[in-house]
Amino acid sequence: MTAPATTSALYDVPGPHTRRRHRMYALAGTAVLLVLLGWIVYLLIHTGQFAYRKWMPFEYKGIQELLLNGLAGTLKAFGMAAAGSLALGGVLAAGRLSEHRPLRWVATLVVEFFRAMPVLVMIFFVFVALRVQPLPALVTGLTLYNGSVLAEVFRAGVNSVERGQREAAYSLGLRKTQVMMSVLVPQGVRAMLPAIISQLVVALKDTSLGFLITYEEFLHAGKLIASNLDYGLPFIPVVMVISPIYIGMCMLLSWFANWVAKRERRSVKTRQVEVAAAEPAAPMPGDTRG
Amino acid sequence: MLTQNFSLYGRGFLGTVQLTVYASLLALALGILMAAFRVAPVASLRAFGTVWVTVLRNTPLTLLFFAVMLGLPRFGLVLPFTVFAVIALGCYTSAFICEAVRAGINTVPVGQGEAARSLGMTFDQTLSAVVLPQAFRTVIPPIGSTLIALAKNSAIAGSFSVTELLGTYKPLNEQGYNIIWTFVWIAVGYLIITLAISAIFSLLERRWGVPR
Repeated sequence: MTAPATTSALYDVPGPHTRRRHRMYALAGTAVLLVLLGWIVYLLIHTGQFAYRKWMPFEYKGIQELLLNGLAGTLKAFGMAAAGSLALGGVLAAGRLSEHRPLRWVATLVVEFFRAMPVLVMIFFVFVALRVQPLPALVTGLTLYNGSVLAEVFRAGVNSVERGQREAAYSLGLRKTQVMMSVLVPQGVRAMLPAIISQLVVALKDTSLGFLITYEEFLHAGKLIASNLDYGLPFIPVVMVISPIYIGMCMLLSWFANWVAKRERRSVKTRQVEVAAAEPAAPMPGDTRG
Repeated sequence: MLTQNFSLYGRGFLGTVQLTVYASLLALALGILMAAFRVAPVASLRAFGTVWVTVLRNTPLTLLFFAVMLGLPRFGLVLPFTVFAVIALGCYTSAFICEAVRAGINTVPVGQGEAARSLGMTFDQTLSAVVLPQAFRTVIPPIGSTLIALAKNSAIAGSFSVTELLGTYKPLNEQGYNIIWTFVWIAVGYLIITLAISAIFSLLERRWGVPR
């Protein structure tokens, strides 16, 4: 069932009369949006958000460097958390797929616990109770959480590989590690690549939690500029500069996940395997559906 | 330790529950509305729904909190912090609810919509009387996990001066209580809330869900 077919099943193909009516709706909708936009712009101007003094800081080299350093901090935390959670996810998935029952239990317990906890609780726990520096605290929290979610993704990927693949590999005389490493994991990861990248989008978004434990990341740099009295507390300008960059980064990664998903669907190799549909849409942070 | 500070802890717990409930209601209402927009025959509504979902899904929640909590007061819009938190959480989660509902709408067999249309129903009637009730049955589990995620995300509000569960660690820490145990009790509180939500939704699933 394709999406367009279902969508158009909800309403008839519009005739000339309906089309005119829809154009009216569209015009009205656009007008409402324009009025709303105009009102916001008016409010912005009225409260002096476009005053030169509020935008002045962005001309200074020091401020630009501060922002760039913040961005570098965000990307650094993201890189470390991504590498860490991929590694942890691999280990935990291996544990959950293990043939030894105690190992499986431990891995299951760890995965279920860390998936059920808010990331922020873990980050605060590491930061406050264990008195760790902000960056390691942030990376640890993100790694534990995203690693647990990724473990489930990996596991689902390996389980989605058709049973015949495993049986064929065993019948060729491969040992269980060989079967896993050279037959199941490559196919499973390939099937789950979009879901894995989507989870990395969550990790990227969650690096902004570092702001709450005073890690010098992008939002923190913005806050520093925004609370500067010399520039008349340029809060709104800061938000207007920061959010497009943040949202743009996340969108780029989400778009990449979608692109991979689309490419996967086209690929002959995966079509033959008939893999489980990997949800290309970015999951909500905290959403633990594997 | 728990018994001595039960009122503080209880207030935090209730704060989280309150935040979760109100934000869930807002998210459900907005999410279903946006899902309706995204399948509507009017192109501009569809575009609006798509932009709403794409932007909100790619916004870090902390940034949204930052903008709403500290930005809106600049326009003279002063509301209690809790209301701001509910707005931020609700809008953010609505994007995910919308996608869940839309996926549900897509699972309803095409024949249902076609049959409704052939009876002369309008788009609104088709959607609200025929398609959505059937979609509801399949979207119970994904909406449940989205709302659990909402409950967990509400922890962020604590750092923006809203009374909620995670925020209780601060006064307890200052009073010199064992920090490890504080976090253990906070963790238990969150487990209670998330387990309660998943219990409610498995009940709904058993009552109305599509039998597998």
